[in-house]
Amino acid sequence: MSTIAEREKEITEDFLLFDEWEDKYQYIIELGQKLKPLASEFKTDDRKIKGCQSSVWLHSYVSDGKIRFEADSDSTFVKGEIALLINVLSGQEPEAIIHAELGFIDEIGLREHMAQTRANGLASMIKQMKLDAFTFQHKTA
Amino acid sequence: MEPSISTQSKLDIQSIREQFPVLKETAYGKPLVYFDNAATSQKPQVVIDAICDYYMHYNANIHRGVHFLSQKASAAFDQVRFKVQQFINAPSEREIIFVRGTTEAVNLVASTYGRQHVNAGDEVLISAMEHHSNIVPWQLLCEEKKAVLKVIPMNDAGELMLDQLPQLLTKKTKIVSLVHISNSLGTINPVKEVIALAHEMGIPVMIDGAQSVAHSMIDVQDLDCDFFAFSAHKMMGPTGVGCLFGKLNLLESMPPYQGGGEMIQSVSFEKTTYNEVPYKFEAGTPNIADVIALGTAIDFLNSLDRKAIAEYEASLLMYATKKLSVLPGLKIIGTAKAKASVISFVIEGVNALDAGMFLDTKGIAVRTGQHCTEPVMQRFGIPGTIRASFLFYNTMEEIDLLAEQLSKAIQFLKPQSVL
Repeated sequence: MSTIAEREKEITEDFLLFDEWEDKYQYIIELGQKLKPLASEFKTDDRKIKGCQSSVWLHSYVSDGKIRFEADSDSTFVKGEIALLINVLSGQEPEAIIHAELGFIDEIGLREHMAQTRANGLASMIKQMKLDAFTFQHKTA
Repeated sequence: MEPSISTQSKLDIQSIREQFPVLKETAYGKPLVYFDNAATSQKPQVVIDAICDYYMHYNANIHRGVHFLSQKASAAFDQVRFKVQQFINAPSEREIIFVRGTTEAVNLVASTYGRQHVNAGDEVLISAMEHHSNIVPWQLLCEEKKAVLKVIPMNDAGELMLDQLPQLLTKKTKIVSLVHISNSLGTINPVKEVIALAHEMGIPVMIDGAQSVAHSMIDVQDLDCDFFAFSAHKMMGPTGVGCLFGKLNLLESMPPYQGGGEMIQSVSFEKTTYNEVPYKFEAGTPNIADVIALGTAIDFLNSLDRKAIAEYEASLLMYATKKLSVLPGLKIIGTAKAKASVISFVIEGVNALDAGMFLDTKGIAVRTGQHCTEPVMQRFGIPGTIRASFLFYNTMEEIDLLAEQLSKAIQFLKPQSVL
């Protein structure tokens, strides 16, 4: 079980292989294509994070005191971003999720493209993941 | 028989392109292909120079200084009102009000004329293809006044269903506000016909000309519209400035919009009297530099053969329609008979944002999403479109590149099961 920092480091190293934004884009699309689709029963309005450009469904649950995330989007690129976030945050302790700084988003050069995908809900998704972690932490406390 | 497409133009497109510095830029090391003109047009060097020139040589506040610089700035500023009057063939310069853009112009009319004339139970009529900026100001007014917002519907081609207009125009209708050219569909609305019908019932009509002003010659007297709004930045001018045309008798009868300097004649704590039209609607120091640059943008457009430009843009649209409609799964949204050079489409099994980002990695700038026309997307039952919008500086070769890269995007993004 690796920590958030360790997983972020792995992703950052993976992205070192790419110089061009085009290659990063293609890699993120491929991650999106590989992400396990969310079961349709979880694609409900209360799990939906609506953006102008695309929607995200986030399903969070606790197992063995760890928070698990599953998610989906109508955009494959956003699914790729989700895959990165799930890789880093799913299976971690609530406390660690709440305090995660997620510096890898800057390091892999995704932040520069955030203005474009600003409306796609990546920021809202991170906020929702942290909020869910916070809620679970207080439920169990 | 397929209509013939002329790829030759009387215009020297290359020498026009030379005048737009941004068109020489690259994106990710690839030549920039700019197809987001419906969002904002690029600016020719003369417009950029006009802004610099003002700040470098005669920056001063206008209409109050006795000094040389202020007089020079005032003269340059005032001259633009005359240029705009000529540009849209308004009867008087006094009918031209400088605003921040089309959005502010709609808000101005809704807040003044609207507040004055719309009461409980009255109706405001707009259309199904309005930009949010021609929906929300009227909704705010209707909420405040307990009035009703009514909508002219459109058909599957994205054309207004004008056969319904006689039922929609009632004694309760206090104003019609209609988009001239749809930003998300490209439809050119028969506004003159709507205006004539509304006028038969004594109802004034406002036209949102944000998209039409760069593409076609505007004649507000021929249209006989009561208000006409546009933004400078979509017609080679700077952002942050636009114009509202209003018929003089209406403007004179309307209350002021915002209070402040310039819009007053005399102020005391007991009573303020207002300045005459148009100053009554221009509180505070205006956007002097950008108004002056708008004048330069008008000069630039006037220097071109605008008839030839309209023909060339029509051929760009026809060529793009031909090239894109053969791509697998691609469906054009907005197939009106009368269309401006805007092409909006969806691709089966491919998300619009993903495709737009794919094109971006190749240096092609398009717009994806709802284009600030959420009700249009709801009407067509789609989450959003990919939109390419062309201006006279675009080329057939750029459209070839768009088609080629879109074809690759479809290959790359489409799930294998759909192919």
